[in-house]
Amino acid sequence: MASQIARRVLRSRANEIFLAPSFSNPNSGRVFSSFDRSLSSAAVGSDLIRATLFPGDGIGPEIAESVKQVFRSAEVPIEWEEHYVGQEIDPRTQSFLTWESLESVRQNGVGLKGPMATPIGKGHRSLNLTLRKELNLYANVRPCYSLPGYKTRYDDVNLITIRENTEGEYSGLEHQVVRGVVESLKIITRQASLRVAEYAFHYAKTHGRDRVSAIHKANIMQKTDGLFLKCCREVAEKYPEIKYEEVVIDNCCMMLVKNPALFDVLVMPNLYGDIISDLCAGLVGGLGLTPSCNIGEGGIALAEAVHGSAPDIAGKNLANPTALLLSAVTMLHHLKLHDKADRIHDAIVNTIAEGKYRTADLGGTSSTTDFTKAICDHL
Amino acid sequence: MARRTAPILKQLFQSSDKSTHLGLLSRFDPKRSVTYMPRPGDGSPRAVTLIPGDGIGPLVTGAVQQVMDAMHAPVFFERYEVHGDMKKVPEEVMDSIKKTKVCLKGGLMTPVGGGVSSLNVQLRKELDLYASLVNCFNLPGLPTRHENVDIVVIRENTEGEYSGLEHEVVPGVVESLKVMTKFCSERIAKYAFEYAYLNNRKKVTAVHKANIMKLADGLFLESCREVATNYPGIKYNEIIVDNCCMQLVSKPEQFDVMVTPNLYGNLIANTAAGIAGGTGVMPGGNVGADHAVFEQGASAGNVGNLKLMEQKKANPVALLLSSAMMLRHLQFPSFADRLETAVKCVISEGKCRTKDLGGQSTTQEVVDAVIAALD
Repeated sequence: MASQIARRVLRSRANEIFLAPSFSNPNSGRVFSSFDRSLSSAAVGSDLIRATLFPGDGIGPEIAESVKQVFRSAEVPIEWEEHYVGQEIDPRTQSFLTWESLESVRQNGVGLKGPMATPIGKGHRSLNLTLRKELNLYANVRPCYSLPGYKTRYDDVNLITIRENTEGEYSGLEHQVVRGVVESLKIITRQASLRVAEYAFHYAKTHGRDRVSAIHKANIMQKTDGLFLKCCREVAEKYPEIKYEEVVIDNCCMMLVKNPALFDVLVMPNLYGDIISDLCAGLVGGLGLTPSCNIGEGGIALAEAVHGSAPDIAGKNLANPTALLLSAVTMLHHLKLHDKADRIHDAIVNTIAEGKYRTADLGGTSSTTDFTKAICDHL
Repeated sequence: MARRTAPILKQLFQSSDKSTHLGLLSRFDPKRSVTYMPRPGDGSPRAVTLIPGDGIGPLVTGAVQQVMDAMHAPVFFERYEVHGDMKKVPEEVMDSIKKTKVCLKGGLMTPVGGGVSSLNVQLRKELDLYASLVNCFNLPGLPTRHENVDIVVIRENTEGEYSGLEHEVVPGVVESLKVMTKFCSERIAKYAFEYAYLNNRKKVTAVHKANIMKLADGLFLESCREVATNYPGIKYNEIIVDNCCMQLVSKPEQFDVMVTPNLYGNLIANTAAGIAGGTGVMPGGNVGADHAVFEQGASAGNVGNLKLMEQKKANPVALLLSSAMMLRHLQFPSFADRLETAVKCVISEGKCRTKDLGGQSTTQEVVDAVIAALD
């Protein structure tokens, strides 16, 4: 590990012209003090920030092009470094993602990922799993808010779901005890729960949210979810200005479908997070409109579009770039480029609200390029 | 020895006749099938164990008792006090349920994070109530965001994530075991398909997360697929649980009967209850091979909060509809129909509704309205 640090420091010194000055901080912060680690990277001045872009498969390249165009019109100081999924398995990562791609994300600290289709077959890890494990992405953040102008049955949704991404029920540790009996392990650790709770409260504070709700089933799974709740309570004490509450998950589901305005920031373990975040995505209009961002150790943020690669409309200029654009906005917020983020966000919302340019999945007839142009005009 | 054993044997046969209602029927005519008209002498009262429970439980079970009295329903209740913070369900209550075989229950509140294991789960495990059924449907006259909802969620009730097998590996690391067995998965799949067949339902959907939990949920799916081949007239499909939740909030009309393992079933039942009108109106029950416990369908909010208790504004509709299900289970379909019609009438009129349905009435007012609507 010492050689890796040395390599990184040398590389960062060599690329000083391109990198923002704070980029040496996350790395050193991680080495020297775990409490000082920066939870977000700061952009300073007019230096260009390098960000890794994975266009992905299917409609990925088209919507990535859309994002690049919008960012160019908005004059966002970001320089994209594109990486593509390789054609053969890289032995260093045991998947189709090359070591260089992962290194570039680690170095740049931010990335944007389009939809990737995991090739079917054995002998390699799934792409999402590779990214998560190698970059240590511990929190998945999904802001869900109703888009004014796109009418769904719920118009007052405004909540964020923060889901622990590494352990819990998705450890993948299963075995067959005897024939016909299978056990699956759900693991909760103090370290991971503290990490995600810290991020949740930090996020609430920096985005001006005033309530954090921890979702659990500790009345049945007393030790596991009990540990998660204990960690959340500990962190809550450090942020006395933010209200903290605990909600049992079945209550939470019911309240979400009856009155989503009751919730603000939700923090949960892995499985509940998966279900609740998809439920909230359904409330606002589906995966085609939902942004998502994965936060990793050392302040790495990888924003991604959670929808599929839609191979049937690939290349036809029909795809809806909204999810990737909104994810890119989340990435800008993480980089503390709040004014640019707000401008682009407002442009997207206004374009959809106007109703003149909408892609097919929102009920309109525009193409991707028309939609993108409309957003640029609204900037 | 034959002289001594003959009266004992006679007594044994007679007592086993009395304890099942099939025995009751066979006393009159073993070959006559069940008709839907109450027969004279056939309405001999059945004993039902009643557990008022915690919170709003006593309020709503009191409501059910009042309505049963008004209807002259041939059931009499044996009340037992059980509270959520007891260490285990008292012996006398278990004996009573084993004797009567039917129980009506209010909510039992499990203290969060405490050392007490949930009494609800204990009851289910001991009586082997392996299927939990929640029927979520749009009530006519009750406005909701979603139309055309008629979903039955059948949830495996004994194993899965709720096995309660947890331990601390080292300080700061806790493990919880999720156990899935072929036996239980097959049982619940058979129940679900049989229910769909007997109630003329067209589709059964299995909810799972087998892309991540390949062995555990894979076993569940295998069992469902096997049972599905025995019912060619019923459509069968599978859906991943997060996609399912998304579809439930956007297009709930595509679901009919859903069969799920324990945890997902809990979430899906509460979500479906929420979209169809709220947990205050959805009936449900837990069924085993020998016993049945009826309670408010969705588990969220079945204990209520302090304010509801004080103001006596709890919604009794869910427990009333569950008791109608219970009457049907006890083979008193005419009473069940009367009760359901009365409740639906009161809801569709819209004059007497509790707070969770948008009205201002108290529990007592709703009960009075239901009794008045009985005809």
